[in-house]
Amino acid sequence: MDAFPVPLLYRLTTRPPPVARAQAAEIGTGMTDSTRTNSLRNGPDASGHFGDGLGGRFVAETLMPLILELEAAYEAAKADPAFHKELAFYLKDYVGRPSPLWFARRLTEHCGGAKLYMKREELNHTGSHKLNNVMGQILLARRMGRKRIVAETGAGQHGVATATVCALFGMQCVIYMGATDVVRQQPNVFRMKLLGAEVIPVTAGAGTLKDAMNEAMRDWVANVHDTYFLVGTVAGPHPYPAMVRDFQSVIGDETKAQMREKEGRLPDVIVAAIGGGSNAMGIFHPFLDDPSVRLIGVEAAGHGLDSGKTAASIERGSRGVLHGNRTYLLQDENGQIDEAHSISAGLDYPGVGPEHSWLHEIGRAEYVGATDDEALEAFQLCTRTEGIIPALESAHAIAYATKIAPALSPETLLVINISGRGDKDINTVADHLGVTL
Amino acid sequence: MSRIARRFAALKEAGRGALIPYLEACDPDFETSLELFRAMPEAGADLIEIGMPFSDPSADGPVIQQAARRGLKAGATLPRLFEMVRAFRKNDSDTPVILMGYLNPIEVYGMLRFCEDASRAGIDGLIIVDMPPEEGSVMRACAAENGLDIIRLVAPTTDDERLKLVLSHASGFVYYVSITGITGTRSASVADLEAALPRLRAATELPVAIGFGIRTPEQAAEASRIADGAVVASALLATLAGTLDAEGHATAETVPAVLAQLRGLAKAVRQGG
Ligand SMILES: Cc1ncc(COP(=O)(O)O)c(C=O)c1O
Repeated sequence: MDAFPVPLLYRLTTRPPPVARAQAAEIGTGMTDSTRTNSLRNGPDASGHFGDGLGGRFVAETLMPLILELEAAYEAAKADPAFHKELAFYLKDYVGRPSPLWFARRLTEHCGGAKLYMKREELNHTGSHKLNNVMGQILLARRMGRKRIVAETGAGQHGVATATVCALFGMQCVIYMGATDVVRQQPNVFRMKLLGAEVIPVTAGAGTLKDAMNEAMRDWVANVHDTYFLVGTVAGPHPYPAMVRDFQSVIGDETKAQMREKEGRLPDVIVAAIGGGSNAMGIFHPFLDDPSVRLIGVEAAGHGLDSGKTAASIERGSRGVLHGNRTYLLQDENGQIDEAHSISAGLDYPGVGPEHSWLHEIGRAEYVGATDDEALEAFQLCTRTEGIIPALESAHAIAYATKIAPALSPETLLVINISGRGDKDINTVADHLGVTL
Repeated sequence: MSRIARRFAALKEAGRGALIPYLEACDPDFETSLELFRAMPEAGADLIEIGMPFSDPSADGPVIQQAARRGLKAGATLPRLFEMVRAFRKNDSDTPVILMGYLNPIEVYGMLRFCEDASRAGIDGLIIVDMPPEEGSVMRACAAENGLDIIRLVAPTTDDERLKLVLSHASGFVYYVSITGITGTRSASVADLEAALPRLRAATELPVAIGFGIRTPEQAAEASRIADGAVVASALLATLAGTLDAEGHATAETVPAVLAQLRGLAKAVRQGG
């Protein structure tokens, strides 16, 4: 399947020197890659599978016709230059792309080793990478004539991004959010309400992202005639994992071109946090066919990888079927899904996008963990050395990157995806530091 | 002829449709749910659907969600469910039993092993909510090898072309999901059902049962008249839930209350709509 040719946007919005520009055209787009037979970027197959049966479409019959319709609509949009033009316009003038690639000098000095760069997704409108995907899908929903948007949210960043575009286009917006997350992400709940969204707390289960996802799917089944389900990560039934990846690949496309511009070559290591996996897939995907680039996904290890309180679906999970796709899940020996645990609401999910499961199985990407404590530490370190308050999700990536950086040579170019900003997390962090606000 | 085919043929002869009640395995505990299961045929069940609880029943409404939670809390697993069916089969070799559930517990158990054990326990058919025909090839082979029917859901959103595909993978009977929605919420009108059935009839020889939103004796009678059977789930589970004590344990009321309701439904189905 074609990847989304977002570098079009890159060409529109940045003015790289001629050499870089030529290279950008050559490193190009998902579209050029799709013509290559040995590319790792061609997945999924026509039935939505990655590798041996990962991904797919595991939904009730009521939803099957809808996801088939969505797939057809997305294919049509992808083939339509007008759609690309429209998306490029909004990404540039509304989202604020491209996001900078920042050389983190003080953090690099602090670690003493690899040269640390930060891809500044936290500078996007609404404060995270989530809007890249949401912007693509809302334009698609409009093309499909849908009037009502439902979405699930964990940290609230996807909910805020969705509520934002619904305000922008005057659409009805219903956000499902686990009751636990409603408490720990209060500022985002208020933000969504200000934006005109209805926020429905979900009390089932542990009241986190998994439960919100179940409830959003139930809403969709009950309102198929006018509702668009705007999934926030690279999970769910086909075509969501591929579509969300395509919309997020703008992160990796830009990173590639920006690194060429700054250093004249590819990065050596890319580190990103993994919740469902959308910010990671967005920055990984354009590099899948560049074997010299090490791709590292950082899962939430919670209280420790072997504590039984983690969200490390790949490292501590096994294959299973949940929320429309076959992927790695935290589950018990009877196939009941476990509750995940992470300090970060956006990573607190017992599954992961199927393409990550596949990259794990074929060994193209590495998946590791960072604990709650390591993330808290990295959160403070990044804030003090770079003046950037990262989201707790992104802090997991920073934690792992700063852990491995000292052992890497100073020539090593390491990019950390700063998927979001941490303003939403200051209450949680204060709590853990024993500070009352 | 399979038990399911035999039962629908006999009911056709008798000139009425089937009443198909649902119970959740181990809800609220193994013994109570087995007692209920065993008493259902005498109270008027023509076929019985037994639900395998799943932690994330994303196609179900609050009533079945809570039943699943109670079942899991009471230790429901596939082996426990098979044990229930084996115990049921000691006294009943005629009533078809359909297992309804989500794919993940089955996949983790192992598809072939699952089909072998299900068939050996006396299960006749499977409804796997989140396994559309497109993802069903492995299960299809294992089920066929073990004489299990795969009962396919058809929804109002299933268009004619897709209907052909879905039905080409169906056996036993067809389960018409009468509303776009989750279990135990809205009900379809008689007019909606009457409008929907000819399309299904034209496309399949299999019996058609209607489910989702059938609550009252009148609704069950209408649905079983219009189609070949009516599935009643949430209404019975809600009654069961209403009899539990503060800790969620069964009381002396639990089994009698559900059976009384089932008798009322059966009476209406037998009198015709
Ligand atoms: C800032 C931020 N980063 C990361 C994530 C995790 O999601 P994903 O793995 O899809 O990028 C979230 C989810 O809410 C988030 O808000």
